[in-house]
Amino acid sequence: MQIVKVSSVSFEYGSEKILDDISFNVDEGDFLGIIGPNGAGKTTLFFCMLGLIDGYNGEIKIFGEDIRRNKKILKQIGYIPQRKSIDTRFPLTIKELVSLSITNKSYVDNVDKVLRYVDLYDNRNKIIGQLSGGQQQRVLIAKALVNNPKMLMLDEPTNGLDQTSQDNFYLFLKQLNDEEKITIIWTSHDLDAVNRLSNKISCINKKMFYHGTKDDFFSNDNNLKKYSESQMQIHMHSHY
Amino acid sequence: MQEFFDFFSFGYIQRALISGISIAIMCSLIGLFLVLRKQSLFGDAISHMAFGGIAIGTYLNIYPFWTAIIFSASSALAINKIRYYTKLNADSMVAVLLSFGLGIGVTLISMSDGFSVDLFSFLFGSILLVSYEDVLITVGMVIIVTSIIGLFFKKFIYVTFDEDQAKISGLHVEQLDYLFIVLVAVTVIVSMKLVGILLISSLIVIPNIASLMLNQGFKRTLFISIIISACSVFFGIILSYYFNTAPSGMIVLLSVGIFIAVIISKYFYQNINIFSNTSRIK
Repeated sequence: MQIVKVSSVSFEYGSEKILDDISFNVDEGDFLGIIGPNGAGKTTLFFCMLGLIDGYNGEIKIFGEDIRRNKKILKQIGYIPQRKSIDTRFPLTIKELVSLSITNKSYVDNVDKVLRYVDLYDNRNKIIGQLSGGQQQRVLIAKALVNNPKMLMLDEPTNGLDQTSQDNFYLFLKQLNDEEKITIIWTSHDLDAVNRLSNKISCINKKMFYHGTKDDFFSNDNNLKKYSESQMQIHMHSHY
Repeated sequence: MQEFFDFFSFGYIQRALISGISIAIMCSLIGLFLVLRKQSLFGDAISHMAFGGIAIGTYLNIYPFWTAIIFSASSALAINKIRYYTKLNADSMVAVLLSFGLGIGVTLISMSDGFSVDLFSFLFGSILLVSYEDVLITVGMVIIVTSIIGLFFKKFIYVTFDEDQAKISGLHVEQLDYLFIVLVAVTVIVSMKLVGILLISSLIVIPNIASLMLNQGFKRTLFISIIISACSVFFGIILSYYFNTAPSGMIVLLSVGIFIAVIISKYFYQNINIFSNTSRIK
């Protein structure tokens, strides 16, 4: 069943085009990896899909609803922002932080459940700043899971994590997708991780130049070449 | 000792303590959100706007309390709206508010008979002069402000922690922001009687940054901040009586003293921990 439909989405900031005619679909149970270089528009695309940016052209439907008309639908999505955007000096215990997201009183009992699930129940009274990077990431997962979401969106979730924490985190995501049947959309620079985890790939660099199965993407040298070229273009732009 | 207990039997001391401690609770509550939003000086800006509002009231012969509330709350709301559209930094907008309030105040005062005694009490506080009616208004306002904060407590925390995530969770961030600004304006104006416009941010900021240094959860941080604030007011009033000094100054000095004590204790606690850990390794 199709749960996300992004149709011809374009977005400009000032005179700069950030997203140019992006279209793709996501089916229930998919694990979609969105790849692209820095500045390719991945986070902007997420912000459009999460209703944080409304001024785009085109249409985004999630669970069949246009998110510009019905923002309540967003409550069914668990969002995990880039870890660097979180203020780790904020005086919140892990339990307080996870409880913040609760959108309905019936989910209050979920707090202890999700903290056990991410193996942080014993640390529930610690302040978020006292945790390691990997643990902080798991707190954000717990926070995103507390409302029993049907879909998770993660923006470069492993940035700044060491290799062991990254590998543990990837295992955890795979488990959520395989066992809990949660649809996952994530952005990443790590092509190898996207290859290991995702069943579908979208490759964007302001425009979308690939959307399809992972196997098709990696079996076609032309796709990999285009991806490498886009990385190079951004690199050149940042120098000149 | 008898003299100490006699001190509490004075009506004006009782009124000062009741209104002072009520205000301390309210300032800590509002102040923690302001400090965490990195808008520590917003209270200061509102108090300067209130100065302009008081000058308008005095000039037009209207009770200055009401003109101060209306003028500072509406200006702060307007400036916040401008900040949303221009994306200017919050500290720049604080500077605008601060200067604007002072500018209006000074202009209107120069057009009237100059400074009056009342204006000085707003500038530097006069807690020992609060009347029975003032106590009732103060306690009433504190009950209203704390009830509203209590009602939206989790929502205010979420918006302060992460505006974007709060929006995704379906919170009306902009409306909550406006409500918060009105609460800040009411808090500052009610508190002006205690420490005055020029020292108001001390009650809003200092107990909270002292409490934040102790690395506790939100509710505990707030509780500790309220204790520090209430103690500063309570002992500040007592000490000012015995040393015959201005209570507002003594309250501020005490809260700064507690803040420095927290820094020193934390420094020694950390060094003792490092020392004992190193001994264990050896």
